[in-house]
Amino acid sequence: MITAEQKPIEEIREMIAPYKRILVAGCGSCVAECAAGGEKETGMLASTLRMAAKMDGKDVVIQEKTLDRQCVNEFVIQLDESIDQYDAVLSLGCGAGVQAVAEMYPEIPIIPALDTEFLGETMSQGLWIENCLGCGDCMLHYFGGVCPLARCSKQLLNGPCGGSMDGICEVNPEVPCAWQTIIERLENFKALERLEEVYPPKDWSKKQGRGPRKIIREDQQR
Amino acid sequence: MIENNKLEQRLKEGAFAVTAECGPPKGADPEAVMKKAEMLKGKVDAVNVTDNQTAIVRLSSLAACSLLKSAGLDPVLQVVVRDRNRIALQSDILGAAALGIRNVLCLSGDHQGFGNQPEAAGVFDLDSIQFIQVVKTMRDEGTILGGEPLSKSPDLFIGAAANPFADPLSFRVVRLAKKIRAGADFIQTQCIYNLDRFEKWMEMARDRGLTEKVFILGGVTPLKSVGMAKYMRNKVAGMDIPDAVIDRMEKVPKEKQREEGINICVETIQRLKEIEGVHGVHVMAIEWEEAVGEIVEKAGLLPRPRS
Repeated sequence: MITAEQKPIEEIREMIAPYKRILVAGCGSCVAECAAGGEKETGMLASTLRMAAKMDGKDVVIQEKTLDRQCVNEFVIQLDESIDQYDAVLSLGCGAGVQAVAEMYPEIPIIPALDTEFLGETMSQGLWIENCLGCGDCMLHYFGGVCPLARCSKQLLNGPCGGSMDGICEVNPEVPCAWQTIIERLENFKALERLEEVYPPKDWSKKQGRGPRKIIREDQQR
Repeated sequence: MIENNKLEQRLKEGAFAVTAECGPPKGADPEAVMKKAEMLKGKVDAVNVTDNQTAIVRLSSLAACSLLKSAGLDPVLQVVVRDRNRIALQSDILGAAALGIRNVLCLSGDHQGFGNQPEAAGVFDLDSIQFIQVVKTMRDEGTILGGEPLSKSPDLFIGAAANPFADPLSFRVVRLAKKIRAGADFIQTQCIYNLDRFEKWMEMARDRGLTEKVFILGGVTPLKSVGMAKYMRNKVAGMDIPDAVIDRMEKVPKEKQREEGINICVETIQRLKEIEGVHGVHVMAIEWEEAVGEIVEKAGLLPRPRS
């Protein structure tokens, strides 16, 4: 899923300071799953902002609404009935959600309340890790189900580097060496000989196309 | 034989080669490079120039190599993949060859988070092994990545680094083999303090016949103080300094520690000379280039043959 974290409250307050009627818009998908922008967090942020405004004696209307998905127009359009009441939307969607809302309502400023982080996995309660770059050309079968681009600090396709000690990455002692894991996995599959081959340079055109990437599925289009 | 390449010539003659390291200054200061060139001239066969080592911004490796070349030294251009994509890497290789630089050492580079520009984007478009292969293809096939021909191939003696001390040990020699397969002509290793482990790695390399396919130069760094030794052991990634070495530095008074560091370095070189398959030594005297002459002399490696 897409992971995100809420921006510091001071930064959020600064961004919304010019506006008087603000809709705090949550998203019930990925960012709810990572406890950053779901219904609960949206409610909490809206209350905090209301309270802060009150303490400062500011006359500001702050309301909240959580969409099932901010990045899908069919859901964004649910804002139609109330959007005219507001002069700004504070979105707790990911970057895609913020932009989908901005696309639908280009006359209103849409302000991001979250910093969108990465495509990740929930390792345990309250712990998410990045393990996919979305490179457009998956190689996981080759590397024992471990992505060296996402998980090796130097993105080595022919690793490990010379800095891995006791299974720990030289760049960050909290990070296991991705290549140590790859080697262990391939040992399990008796496929270590794969590492003797030089893995060729990555085709980055599949990630960095000419402008934003697109998926077109005619069978899905109406 | 590549013209004017002392390092390649020395190694191919079967002599024990000596290279040193020269760190460029943190400024647009050619005199600093020339001063180091003077210190190293006649003491070594070739001089590596580091490429923004530890991710700290310094005068460019390519420019410093050109300065060394003008001073009559045989430079080894270190190039890291951290800061350049495949377009810039290939371009710099052509530029280096055009300037008469004849050796290149292809490296990953220390992560940008370690240096004085921690907010920089790390490039890592190619990894060091892919980069070696690209340089070899440019030299031997006369083509760039994707197959387009060059108007002239770069004549380069291709080097790679190896760290016999990193984990997992079993994979260290696989990686060496891979670098050789990619196209490395010579290898310069991480600083050696743990000779037992180094010998074990060499034995594994010999067992796979790798020492017949590549020239291996053992890396050494003289310790300036016990503080430096501890710092390197604790803070520098991939560094293996046994307790015995630390103890030895600790036992001598502060003012004698530099001398002791040089002694340890000289003894290491003497042991390296005895190891089958070690073809030379790479002396990395960090910001202490003036020590190189003394070390090389005490190790019985002077005078260097003229070519």
